[in-house]
Amino acid sequence: MADKMTVRHLNAYFGALHAIKDVTLSVAENKVTAIIGPSGCGKSTLVRCLNRMHEVIPGARAEGEVALDGVNIYGPGVDPVQVRRSIGMVFQKPAPFPTMSIEDNVAAGLTLNGLAPSRQEKARVVERSLRQAALWEEVKDSLRQAGTSLSGGQQQRLCVARALAVEPEVLLMDEPCSALDPISTARIEELLLELKSNYTIAIVTHNMQQAARCSDYTAFMFQGTLIEFGETNQIFTNPARRETEDYITGRFG
Amino acid sequence: MDNSQPQHTNKQYEEELRDLRADLVKMGGLVERQIADAVDSLVDRDSNQAREIISRDAEVNRMDVQIDDHCIRLLALHQPAASDLRFITTGLKITTDLERIGDNAVNICERGIELNEEPILKPYIDIPRMAEIAQEMLKASIDAFVNDDVDLAQSVIERDDEVDQLNYQIYRELLSYMAEDPQTIGRATKILFVSKYLERIADHATNIAEMVVYMVQGRNVRHQVKQ
Repeated sequence: MADKMTVRHLNAYFGALHAIKDVTLSVAENKVTAIIGPSGCGKSTLVRCLNRMHEVIPGARAEGEVALDGVNIYGPGVDPVQVRRSIGMVFQKPAPFPTMSIEDNVAAGLTLNGLAPSRQEKARVVERSLRQAALWEEVKDSLRQAGTSLSGGQQQRLCVARALAVEPEVLLMDEPCSALDPISTARIEELLLELKSNYTIAIVTHNMQQAARCSDYTAFMFQGTLIEFGETNQIFTNPARRETEDYITGRFG
Repeated sequence: MDNSQPQHTNKQYEEELRDLRADLVKMGGLVERQIADAVDSLVDRDSNQAREIISRDAEVNRMDVQIDDHCIRLLALHQPAASDLRFITTGLKITTDLERIGDNAVNICERGIELNEEPILKPYIDIPRMAEIAQEMLKASIDAFVNDDVDLAQSVIERDDEVDQLNYQIYRELLSYMAEDPQTIGRATKILFVSKYLERIADHATNIAEMVVYMVQGRNVRHQVKQ
């Protein structure tokens, strides 16, 4: 397994609060890595540190090393905007830009990155991204409709398409299904399996069955510490650590 | 499911797992008694007792179905993981072994009833010994299950050879009877069956012990699978 990203001795803070404590782990290339743990354990913070989204919160900072293909994204001279372009993100609530059409939502990343694609170029990117997000067939005849006119599940896939439009290498997902019904959830999960042949994916989820179903590796976080990291099958059948065992079997107080 | 672990947040789930464990122990006890009584009825040539034991098998079967249903319900409704998953899937498998042991006890009774219709071939010496070992193995495998005791389970697995040896010894002895006097073939064959049933019971007890190792350690020791 090749490591797409490596995290070494990562510490993250919100002011005085030490949210991530000395986390070291790898995100394998073309695999899905799930991050699970109880609320407040730091899993969202961890994933936000992976593309320098954490530091945009006032008072928040991160220390340590996060490398993409061996290059520290926290290194001097690294442009965080460029980092976020290589490492895209999909959030919990589907949030298409409310005033934009479906196609403009998908192309937004290109425009925001200062690119001025030609009409054909834009159309090509929109179709590719929507196809990759398994939304093309449903929206190809209504590309000019508002992104917000879609159902919740479709909106989330639109957000995936928007993230894919700028051709990132890694896709981070922060509870992408928590606002979706089971069918939409299943479609996103199916999408994960399709996308991982081209992308490296890290997903934060509260839903342990989701982690079990669609990830190759699982990281269990608790109180800011990475308790256990391993193959998903091993974590869910025979975890090595008592804390992991207690969490996934529902023995947390 | 490790007894020393903290309880589940979901109290109903916790209780259901406890009930499942209790049912498996109860079924194990029931089946243990079936073997002991079956061999007693054979040695005592008591056909009435044998028939009574056969009728009690319905309770073993009922428990098998009940435990099966319970395990499937737990899997469907609670999506268990880790030690809970290993405990429930072990339950699902060992109930089958227990049910088969129950069937073997019935088979011993059936052969006994048939043997009682003819004069005694020879006093039973090795069969009760074999039955005793098989019973001890079953009891130990259930105790190992209840106490998450891998060492005890391992000792059951090792004892299986003893029973296989006795089975072979009985076979050779009966073969000599049959070779000497064809009149004995019918009876000797039936005793041979009984020996085979006991050997099967020991195999089922071994299966249970192997599942206990899996349940506790997540390590598969069946069929000498190395991990």
